[in-house]
This record gives sequence, C-alpha cells and structure tokens, in this order.
Amino acid sequence: MAPSTLPAALLIARKDLAIEFRTRTAFFSALVFALLGIVIFFFAWDPTAVSPLDLAPGVLWGIFTFSGLLGLQRSFSLEQSDRAIDALLGAPISRESIYLGKAIANLVFVAAVQVIAIPAVQLFYGVPLLEHAAMLALIALMAAIGLVAVGTLFSAMAVNTKLAEMLLPVLSLPFFVPIVIPAAQATARLLSGRPASESVGWLKLLLAFDIVFVVACMLAFPYTIEE
Amino acid sequence: MSVAERAREGRVIATRELGRRFGGRTAVSDVTLTLHEGDCLALFGPNGAGKTTLLRMLAGLLRPTSGTGTVAGIELPGGAELRSAIGYISHASMLYAALSARENVELTSKLFGMRDPRAAADRALERMALSDRADMPVRQLSRGMQQRVSIARATVHGPRVVLLDEPFTGLDDSGSAALGAHLAALRAAGTTMVLVTHQIAEGLALATHAAIMRAGALVRVEAGDTIDPATYLTVYREHVTHGA
Repeated sequence: MAPSTLPAALLIARKDLAIEFRTRTAFFSALVFALLGIVIFFFAWDPTAVSPLDLAPGVLWGIFTFSGLLGLQRSFSLEQSDRAIDALLGAPISRESIYLGKAIANLVFVAAVQVIAIPAVQLFYGVPLLEHAAMLALIALMAAIGLVAVGTLFSAMAVNTKLAEMLLPVLSLPFFVPIVIPAAQATARLLSGRPASESVGWLKLLLAFDIVFVVACMLAFPYTIEE
Repeated sequence: MSVAERAREGRVIATRELGRRFGGRTAVSDVTLTLHEGDCLALFGPNGAGKTTLLRMLAGLLRPTSGTGTVAGIELPGGAELRSAIGYISHASMLYAALSARENVELTSKLFGMRDPRAAADRALERMALSDRADMPVRQLSRGMQQRVSIARATVHGPRVVLLDEPFTGLDDSGSAALGAHLAALRAAGTTMVLVTHQIAEGLALATHAAIMRAGALVRVEAGDTIDPATYLTVYREHVTHGA
C-alpha cells in the first residue's frame, strides 16, 4: 500500500536533503549571501546614528528573507532537470505530500542558514541574540514556516516559466511581508529587553499567518502542478 | 460497469473519443482505442501530433477534456489507484543525478508502498543488468545505462501497463537493441504497453498494434498481423505528409 501523506512527505524531504547534502550548491550560495549581507550592512552602518538594537532585527530578517529565496528557487528546479517531477506525480501518493515534503526540506534548509547567520549577527553587531536563544528560535521557526509555505508554492508555480528566477521573488516577496514584519517586531522587542508579553501579539499574528499560508498553499498546490 | 467486470473483459486500455484541449488549441481529439493484456501499441507521428499528450492522459498525469477512458479498469483521469498500475518511461530519465541508481529505484519502490523496497530495487536493477553499478551516482552513468535505470524505476512495482515516450532517443545501436529486448520481455510477461517512438523499425519489432497520429487524431490503426514492416515507412510518410 502506498504511503499516506506524512510518510510520503518525509520520503520526499529526505530525498531533497540528501541531494542538497551531496551537492551543497544552494546551501553554500544562501550562506555566503547571508554572511555577505551581514558584512555589507555592518560597513554601511553608522553606530553613532543607529543603535545596533535597532538595526540588527532588520538585518537579520532581511538576510533570512533573501537567502531563503535561493533555497526555494532550487526546490523545484531540481525536479525539472530530468523531469523527475513526472516520477513523483506518477507515484500513487497525494499531491499534498509532494508539497509537504518539499516544504519540510526547505524548512530544514532555511533553519540551517539561520543557525549560522544568527551567531554571525551577534558577532558583528554585538547584540545579545544568543542570550535569548530559546525565544529567538521560536520566532525564527514560526517565521520560517510561513516563508517556506508561501515560497514552496510559488517555486512550483514559477519553475515552469522561462523567467523562473525573476518570478519567484516577485511572487513571493509581497506574501513574505506579513511574516517578516511580526518576526522583526518580536525580535526587536526581545533584544531591547522588553517583557515577553509585548511580543505575544506579534507572535499571535505570525501564528495566524502561518496557519493561513500553510493551509491555503497546501490546498492550492495540486492546481499549480496540473497541466 | 464495475472494475471487476472491466477486468474480466480483458481490456487493459480502452478509450472512447478521448480528447484534450489547451485553451483554444486541440492537442488530442477523438482517440478511440482498445488494448488487451500483453498488447503493445506502437504509436508513430510527427512532432506536435499529440502523442505525448495522449500518453500523459493514459498515465493519469493529464486530465482529458473530452471523451472517456479506462486504464487497468480505472476511469480516467484516475487517482492513486490508477497510478499504481502504471509505469511511465520517457526520453527524460526522470532520475535524480546526485542519487545512486539504487537510491533512485528504492525511492520509487517506497513511494509505491513496496513491502521490501531495498530488495525490490535490487531485483529491478538486476533485471536490467545493473547490479554492479547500483551504487554509482546516476550522473556518472552513460545515457544507455541511465535509460536502463529509468526502466528499473518505472517497472519496480510490477505495473500492468507501461507507457513509453520515445525511450530510444539518445541511445546507440546496442543500447536500442538492449532496450528492445527488455521491452519484449515485459510484453511477454503480459504487460500492456503503449510505445511512442519515431523509430519505426524498433517500434514495429515490439508492436502487436501500430497507429499513426496526426494533428491530435489517430489516422491509421492496425493490428500487428496486418502490418508490413517493409512498406510501413512509406505508408507512414503518406499519412503524415499527404494526409492519406
């Protein structure tokens, strides 16, 4: 009997991560992009005009957003090179499991970039990110779920077009805004030592968008891959 | 008609006026054909004739916009049950270049819910004489070997129907001969096949039925015992060029 949605999704995610682990192209591209972004912002920054606590959340979420796009771009392009997507579509598994598997792999990818980029931001800007590691990890995870949910869907839509590399950011970035704003706001409050209760509202908003995006994108996905 | 009744009739593929439009363009129109267990239809036609579209409809990858059809007793466009009865092979390998041959085939056997995916993958690769290359990344294999891995992938679950879209593309003579032998063995085992190809000799060598498709329609269909391989190329050219 063919696997149900979650086991099939895990098979697909494991396959994607195995390919990325062997080729490492997207991960290193995203990581280099993230680190370069941190360095460029650092040299463009005037510490006498803007405090690091004000700047760091913006830098952090700016680089996560754009470096994540590099991984999302690759998500479905690796299925296109030899039409491997046809083998997935021809398997007796649900379309939703393909989406979910891709999203899980993308989530691991984004999280891996975050794990390296967050200490780098602390190092350059001297902000106490790691002192709030647990809370920051929660914010990062919630934001990553939203970014990946939207980005995975648009990656599937864009990959069949001639302008895939341009189309993915154009489609995705407007939908990233409601994720990035609460994530950056919650991070800013966290870093400035404000009580956790001040971040709860932003986290609730983030959770609401996560739920909406995950459900809507999973429902929409089968229609994006039907010809 | 129930699945059991259709299966009893022995018709593995049966379509009636099957068609597909993309917007205002008709890709396939009014395709009616019947194939039984062990039949092999060689489908010829120029580029853009609608052969791949027809194959993708039979594979459950594309929804027909008109007509009806059953494959392995399941109504098109079908779902997971239909896809589990089909093996689909095309000129694209549908493999992941960074994974080994075994990993590619094993992934498919897991997705098809095989009880022992590893053993099933090993058996499929052994049938394709690829056991000694099983752990090599696909990108290091020759085009012919990749095609054999692709066949192992598409047949690992023992499908009743195998759909082949220009499988001989890019193969040298020995590769084509080996592929032909594998497909003949599949047909002998009772697998029903639809073979889309531009290579008329290879196609006819396997076929129990032959058909020519032009502008989305089947313009000539005949059973194997009435086909004359010596003159078929001429017949094909007449139909394609002059619309005989």
